Amino acid sequence: MDIFDMTATQLSAAIRAGETTAVEATEAVLAQIEKEDKKYNCYVTVDRDGARAQAQAVQAKIEAGELVGELAGVPVAVKDNICTEGLLTTCSSRILHNFVPAYTAEAVKNLQKAGAVILGKTNMDEFAMGSTTETSAYGPTKNPVNPEHVPGGSSGGSAAAVAAGECIYAIGSDTGGSIRQPASYCGVVGLKPTYGTISRYGLIAYGSSLDQIGPLTKDVKDCAAVLTALASHDTKDSTSVFRDDTDFTAALTEDVKGMRIGIPNDYLGEGLDDEVRTAVLRAADVLKSRGAVVERFDLSLVEYAIPAYYTIAAAEASSNLERFDGIKYGYRTEAYAGLHNMYKKSRSEGFGEEVKRRIMLGSFVLSSGYYDAYYLKALKVKALIKKAFDVAFSKYDLILGPVAPTTAPKLGESLADPIQMYLGDIYTIAVNLAGLPGISVPCGQDSRGLPIGLQLIADCFQEKKLFRAAYTYEQREKKF
Amino acid sequence: MANIITDETIEYVGILAKLELSAEEKEQAKADMGRMLDYIDKLGELDTTDVEPMSHVFPVENVFREDVVTNGDERERLLSNAPQEKDGMFVVPRTFDCC
Repeated sequence: MDIFDMTATQLSAAIRAGETTAVEATEAVLAQIEKEDKKYNCYVTVDRDGARAQAQAVQAKIEAGELVGELAGVPVAVKDNICTEGLLTTCSSRILHNFVPAYTAEAVKNLQKAGAVILGKTNMDEFAMGSTTETSAYGPTKNPVNPEHVPGGSSGGSAAAVAAGECIYAIGSDTGGSIRQPASYCGVVGLKPTYGTISRYGLIAYGSSLDQIGPLTKDVKDCAAVLTALASHDTKDSTSVFRDDTDFTAALTEDVKGMRIGIPNDYLGEGLDDEVRTAVLRAADVLKSRGAVVERFDLSLVEYAIPAYYTIAAAEASSNLERFDGIKYGYRTEAYAGLHNMYKKSRSEGFGEEVKRRIMLGSFVLSSGYYDAYYLKALKVKALIKKAFDVAFSKYDLILGPVAPTTAPKLGESLADPIQMYLGDIYTIAVNLAGLPGISVPCGQDSRGLPIGLQLIADCFQEKKLFRAAYTYEQREKKF
Repeated sequence: MANIITDETIEYVGILAKLELSAEEKEQAKADMGRMLDYIDKLGELDTTDVEPMSHVFPVENVFREDVVTNGDERERLLSNAPQEKDGMFVVPRTFDCC
């Protein structure tokens, strides 16, 4: 097996057993990037020299017995909205085209402590606003399964890099489905943890009450190992939650006997592609055959999640993106008359179309006279949606459904109609509003060979249930 | 379309958002925002009387720490990202018109 085809836990085991080295592994993945990335454009920045230096340092620590963990020596790709000291971090935006952070995000530090080698920064929708990775200022990423199709987004570069063997695993961020949906489109595993599980320190904010960092991996075991490394309580993030149950690999058991799984009827209705529906229901049958109790139920309020989400996310984005003013970092316009004109011109030239659309909408819904009618109303609907999930989780351990209504669309088909594109987030978005953990696991392909993703959702802090069910399903599928 | 966004509204939102849109972008923004607000108006179907707005899923509390400096002097590194700097300071355009 080629090194770049190995899972993270396989590769680390091989490195720790002396069968290969972190240096060899890094060279193998860099060679794969060299060979494939012109086709797919997964990366905004590849840090070849930095990765080689890290690999040597990590290998020395492994040989000295200082690094013994499940991810030691394994090369990783990091989404370009997560700060890395000394390494360009653009958010795939022109406005941060030259931004070199002075510090490293806590999540990346946690990976470094686990012996990761950072390969570079992956492409994304600009400021994580999009579902296709086509709004990047550095060109779209293409789906390695079929390069005529998008990889999904906004963590499209991370998902595509995992699928193309251009990294062993990756991290992304998920505000409304931005990890789970590209994982689904590219046929890899992606997880959005319970809000507060992974520190947001160093994650460039989009919708702060919704954003979470999470893993994109080749299998469920890697996903659990990476989440175990990423999760930590961090006083630098005031929304970070203390958890003492973060050994997620302990949950990798093939056992769903008696597990209660609910499938929302609302997730199987109009707009869902037939092939996706069939694949998802087949996956539910697999879990049922392993002893899970699977039922249909009405979740309710599903159609209100998207308008509530886009109101809240746009409001938070308009506030968070005020910091890009052409003074402290990033792009500044060349010619201007006075301070305010400099702000306006720098921002107007630096931000792309979708980002400006959301900043405008967010500024409007927060403005005096409209705040109650739009923003406050959306926060109230959020409370109702959370309550609907509370009711569901009083009956079920897990909710099962599709990740997205369709498989990956072709490049160029999505951006023309923003609302149509937003509707594609229908199954992922409520999870962020309610702070829940959700995982996307490959569950087959459509007739064109494009991957389909199964989504499992659990109550807050119940990632272990997700891993048990996802692992059971994955192991069962491997056997047949 | 139920929500008609006027030129005045787009001007006003542009000021709040600190964005300068071209004439073409303004027309697009009017149409986009109108459609989006029509869509968001769907929330009005739900009765939310007596529902507390939920900004965070978990209760958020102030996080306190001892007032001890933990970071070093990062002035040079932070200034190195500035579009313009001089003598250890950010250079900004004239802020007040005077005289």
